[in-house]
Amino acid sequence: MSDIKSKVIAIIVEKLGVEESEVTMEASFTNDLGADSLDTVELIMEFEKEFNISIPDDQAENIGTVGQAVTYLEENVK
Amino acid sequence: MPFKRVVITGLGALTPIGNTVQEFWNGLSAGVSGAGPITKFNAEKFRTKFACEVKGLDVNQFIPRQDARKMDPFAQYALIVADEAVKDAGLDLTKLDLTKAGVIWGSGIGGLKTFEDEVKTYATGDGTPRYNPFFIPKMIADSASGMLSIRYGFYGVNYVTVSACASATNAMIDAFNFIRLGRLNIAISGGSEAAVTEAGVGGFNALRALSERNDSPETASRPFDKDRDGFVLGEGAGALILEEYEHAKARGAKIYAELIGGGMSSDAYHITAPHPEGLGAVNVMKDALNDAQIGPEDVDYINVHGTSTPLGDFSEATAIEKVFGEHAYNLNISSTKSMTGHLLGAAGAIEAIACLMAMHHGVVPPTINHFTDDEQFNPNLNFTFNEAQKRPISIALSNTFGFGGHNFSVIFRKLES
Repeated sequence: MSDIKSKVIAIIVEKLGVEESEVTMEASFTNDLGADSLDTVELIMEFEKEFNISIPDDQAENIGTVGQAVTYLEENVK
Repeated sequence: MPFKRVVITGLGALTPIGNTVQEFWNGLSAGVSGAGPITKFNAEKFRTKFACEVKGLDVNQFIPRQDARKMDPFAQYALIVADEAVKDAGLDLTKLDLTKAGVIWGSGIGGLKTFEDEVKTYATGDGTPRYNPFFIPKMIADSASGMLSIRYGFYGVNYVTVSACASATNAMIDAFNFIRLGRLNIAISGGSEAAVTEAGVGGFNALRALSERNDSPETASRPFDKDRDGFVLGEGAGALILEEYEHAKARGAKIYAELIGGGMSSDAYHITAPHPEGLGAVNVMKDALNDAQIGPEDVDYINVHGTSTPLGDFSEATAIEKVFGEHAYNLNISSTKSMTGHLLGAAGAIEAIACLMAMHHGVVPPTINHFTDDEQFNPNLNFTFNEAQKRPISIALSNTFGFGGHNFSVIFRKLES
């Protein structure tokens, strides 16, 4: 597992209080992992903090699943 | 249409001297001090290095971690005591008319810790705003009542009163009014506060409001003692279930007492200092007696605001003599803040509970830490110094006064069995 992927999973487990086994790449934050809109905003902010990047709002809107977050971060984190 | 009667059918407490109503009462009747060195932050550089903190609380026993982290401690405290009160009242939520069930809570400050943490993070960063999306909903004082309404599905009126140290009593009087007008059948009321934080202690220190008796925290809160030097900051919460009398009777509820009157007044004098002749205090007690339709001589016990400040204690004692005349010397008076410290916006809630438990047990909790008489006070006033006193109590009055000159008093009467 990539370093980014494992960090993303750890953040989701911590913030959403879900089991690691639930955090599959296909899992949607809102539909599968119980996040509401504020939780999703918080997740994006945690990713920004952890990986020291800034995710523009129009990009953040496209990050709805664990896999989308991992892909975005792998492409954009230097 | 005559007013409906309002009774208290459930209680919950989380205090520096006990984390349930029973433990709280055990501490009150035994004269225990809840003060000790501050553990919540490093207070080395603060003028006051002690407070009355809640002890041994594992929040996650009551609230799942995921939910708890979205709440400031003051809201967590609210949930914990409301759960105890709802359970104590034996409420079956499936049988209530939830549109006539409300939550009116009190908090003097709200989420101070949350505010501090978030602003500190910003201030020590590079200027990029990274405020947490839960910052505002965690911080605002009304989040406590919002959380409670969500937890129990209460669809009736829901808000938080912010009237400094009188907030909880303010909330109870509002709930009392809605129920006696027939607008609610039942309300969760009370208050919570969690201001033992760097800004809380530092801010009150700057006002020179806090005791600085760092060599003896447990004797620092000494209301009506000659050497009192300010209040001791406390934290915690109290919840009361207020219920329309016939509604309570119909479901066979246990009734602690009837809430028979609420007094309200303003000092209109100074933003922090009490009126020197206790004008607002006189008016609020008179207003409460008038609302309850009783005379001064009917009152057995006054749980005073009595915060252990030089000016406040004097003006309140003066006011009691003015309102009660000769009967002032027959009353039992006590300041339970001598044990709990000052819970600010939650004070009125735990002090109402102290009154109800005192009535239930026929025991007046003491004003502890009395060492030296102050000649300012009439020696005939019975402040119940140092030890609890047995006394049947039919009627008890609780005073709370807040910065801003907000004064609220409530009067409880024991129901004849």
